[in-house]
Amino acid sequence: MCCLSKPIKRKKNDVKVKVKVVNKRVKTKPPSTPSLNLVCDIDTLRTLIKKNKVRVVDVRKRDEYLKGHIKTAVSLPLAELLSNDDPESIINILNNLGISNDTLVVIYDDTFGALASRVAWSFKFVGHRNVALLEVTYDNWKKLGLEIERKSNKYSKVSHSIDIDYSIFADAEYIENAQNDKNKIIIDSRERLNFLTEHIPNSKNIPYTMLRSENSILRNPSELKRFMENRGIDLNNEIITYCGSVGTLSGLAFFALKTAGISNVKLYPKSFKEWKSLGKLKTEFKDANYWDLSAE
Amino acid sequence: MAKSIDYDVLSSAKNKELETNEKWGLAEESEYFANKVKLYRQDKLNADEFRRFRLQNGAYGSRLNSEFSMIRIKVPGGDITPTQLEKIASLSESFSIGSAHVSTRQNIQLHWVQLEDVSEVFRGLAEVGLTSREACGNTIRNVMCSHFAGVCPNEPFDTTPYAKAIARFFLRNPICQNLPRKFKFNFSCCPEHGYVRIADVGLVPTVRDGVRGFRVYLGGGLGAASFIGHLLEEFTPESRLLSTSIATIRLYDRLGNRENLARNRMRYLVSEIGWEKFQGLLLKERILVEATISIPTKKSYDGFLNTGDLNNTSISSSSTKSKIKLPVINSNSADTPYTRWLNTNVVAQKQSGYYSVYITLGAGDITSSQLRILAECIREFSLEKKARNTPQQNFLVRYVKADQLPKVFQKLSGNGLGNPGANTIVSTVGCVGTTSCNLAITNSHRLAKEIQSKFLELNIDLDKDFVDSTIKISGCPNSCGQHEVATIGFYGGATRIGTSMVPIYTMLFAGSTGENGELGKAIMRIPAKKVLDVVLKIFEHFKKERTGNEKLNEWIYKISNGNGAGEIKNVDDMKKLLLPIIELPAFSAAPDFYKDYGTDTNFVAKTARGECAA
Repeated sequence: MCCLSKPIKRKKNDVKVKVKVVNKRVKTKPPSTPSLNLVCDIDTLRTLIKKNKVRVVDVRKRDEYLKGHIKTAVSLPLAELLSNDDPESIINILNNLGISNDTLVVIYDDTFGALASRVAWSFKFVGHRNVALLEVTYDNWKKLGLEIERKSNKYSKVSHSIDIDYSIFADAEYIENAQNDKNKIIIDSRERLNFLTEHIPNSKNIPYTMLRSENSILRNPSELKRFMENRGIDLNNEIITYCGSVGTLSGLAFFALKTAGISNVKLYPKSFKEWKSLGKLKTEFKDANYWDLSAE
Repeated sequence: MAKSIDYDVLSSAKNKELETNEKWGLAEESEYFANKVKLYRQDKLNADEFRRFRLQNGAYGSRLNSEFSMIRIKVPGGDITPTQLEKIASLSESFSIGSAHVSTRQNIQLHWVQLEDVSEVFRGLAEVGLTSREACGNTIRNVMCSHFAGVCPNEPFDTTPYAKAIARFFLRNPICQNLPRKFKFNFSCCPEHGYVRIADVGLVPTVRDGVRGFRVYLGGGLGAASFIGHLLEEFTPESRLLSTSIATIRLYDRLGNRENLARNRMRYLVSEIGWEKFQGLLLKERILVEATISIPTKKSYDGFLNTGDLNNTSISSSSTKSKIKLPVINSNSADTPYTRWLNTNVVAQKQSGYYSVYITLGAGDITSSQLRILAECIREFSLEKKARNTPQQNFLVRYVKADQLPKVFQKLSGNGLGNPGANTIVSTVGCVGTTSCNLAITNSHRLAKEIQSKFLELNIDLDKDFVDSTIKISGCPNSCGQHEVATIGFYGGATRIGTSMVPIYTMLFAGSTGENGELGKAIMRIPAKKVLDVVLKIFEHFKKERTGNEKLNEWIYKISNGNGAGEIKNVDDMKKLLLPIIELPAFSAAPDFYKDYGTDTNFVAKTARGECAA
């Protein structure tokens, strides 16, 4: 859970060498399967499952997976990924789940897409291209009466290459440099009252609750685009998202911003928890007792 | 992204009543607002101009932080549908704090909304017919109507259609877009229920010789200086309601003070030129209005009125002629939570067999999930499929059948909405105070919640002596908490003890609402953290000294008029009794008394420019 940024820095050079090799190999090979959108709709997933052309990943807790999951899904509890999320470990996970470079991956959870987003981001980070979030939660999938099963699925081990994508990653140092750069926008994905209490200086608040619709983990692209336009966010801006602790809510924001058409989005996976533990500056707002307005 | 799913099974909102939502909001106003925000952010619109525009559209700046807004959703007559409540729930979750706040003037407020997101909230509101247009600013604010209108046993007729016709006639009407200051209409259902003496125009329905009409009160209002409204004439027939309203607004628009922000409400005009003169001018103005009013204008109002009437004829009513008090279902034992709730939260309607059910909130706050439960409850149990919000910051679900009451309670109480005490002193009113308002000095909101939970803990709702009494708290002298019409009212302030600042409240006694409503009298100042002790001490002495079955509000009224029968005869005796309680230990000995509720830092009185006047 706490070893993402450091190992990456240490291994930066080694990885880069590998990357070159990998890229060459990939480029010479024509893609064998179509690519997925960032969010996969129900019908597409059902078709892919029927054709046996997708690896479905369930990131809920293991016991929930055992009680029932989407047909053909494998289990990868988020906690398992976070417990050791350096790039090599993530590649190991991919290998064990039978996910090779060209496998289409669709990820779901029961936490409005936030956990799925964090896992999907990690897969992207280590170089898996074809990964999407399922547009609904497991609960809604079940309510719709769609195909579920109880048996644990296992697929034969494969070998995924590593190709780290630093363009979607930010650490505390990166944030600090971005704070006074007007082309870079730092987005806090936590709820409004948490943001008001304290946040990274110069960040803007787009609570994760803004991003979903009643029936889908994300609103439609035109709506998300309009939200960004309202906020004065340009599609060409670079955006860095963070949230409270492990990058789940901000992972969802990552995919929402991508969906809105913003190409350069980064996630600060260690988020505000690390920021505070490093003793970095924060903005606090103490002039109002806004917590007392909540009926919670 | 994926195409949207329209499988019904995932939709909690049954959009059945979408078409029947009355249309107050306009989608295009949302886009217009979004564009203005952009211009403002690009410095193409100056701050004052933008502020005026923002307020006219119902977005109020938040406390000491102009990045965020409070959106005041108008609910004309307090009348609201399940789809509207559900929409407010999801808008609050998406753009606000996940809770909504019921104001003392039947608005529903969403707080701490990012200025750039306000247009999205407007868009959502317009989808269900709602608007926040002219909820702030120098114009006609939300038109209030008694939440019992249509079901009150003592009403001569249902005033709801009139309240809505007036609201509709003046919304976006050029004659009231730039008044000297805000302007408020309050309709009651009977002489008892309603806030008619503290509005610019207060209306009590009455029938004379078979003709519907009103007793119209003008020039009332609460604030730093409060006034009780004056009766215009013995009887104003319904046919003259529109011309009387237009005449009042025209006169105020012409003569009202546009210079001094502190004295530009109509009540100051009335007080400065004197009631007789104002009355004379108004009656003349009305003749002018009636002689010149155009047929299309008159017709459009009549159209609004008829639509409103039609909406309300679906449920037949068998009105009782004689004056009776709203009966409360009395259950002999108050042992179970259900009977406890039944005693204070359920009232019989004039329609036999039907009951109105109060949902007691804490100082008007309700979460998004609770709003959804409330919506389900209305759909499931209310024959009219609507609810009203109340100036006591609660909701009233009406037209519930007796045999459904246990189910209603079960549903509500399972979701934190089944608290008893709605028609007793337990249901404490508190404005938003320092949780959101620039003008607030103290956290009146939290104090109201603290008092309510203490009272529930002490089972005060079970005690019939506290029925019909109220506690209302404002965070400053400006009276959004309506402290001047409470049995015991409080307004926030600050004082210095030694070198330390202390949050304090001025306590008032014996205010009341209704047609005979009176303003409370200031008694003494009390440190914020001593308010609860003081109130409990008053209760203790009330129990000892009251005569017969006297209720708290009756006893307080006697004391405030110097007619007490026991040891405490008047206000001075009361002060003497309370003085020892309000004494504060030194800061070093008890620093907690020098902090306001809801904060762990020492108290500082911080305010900024009010957002109330545009």
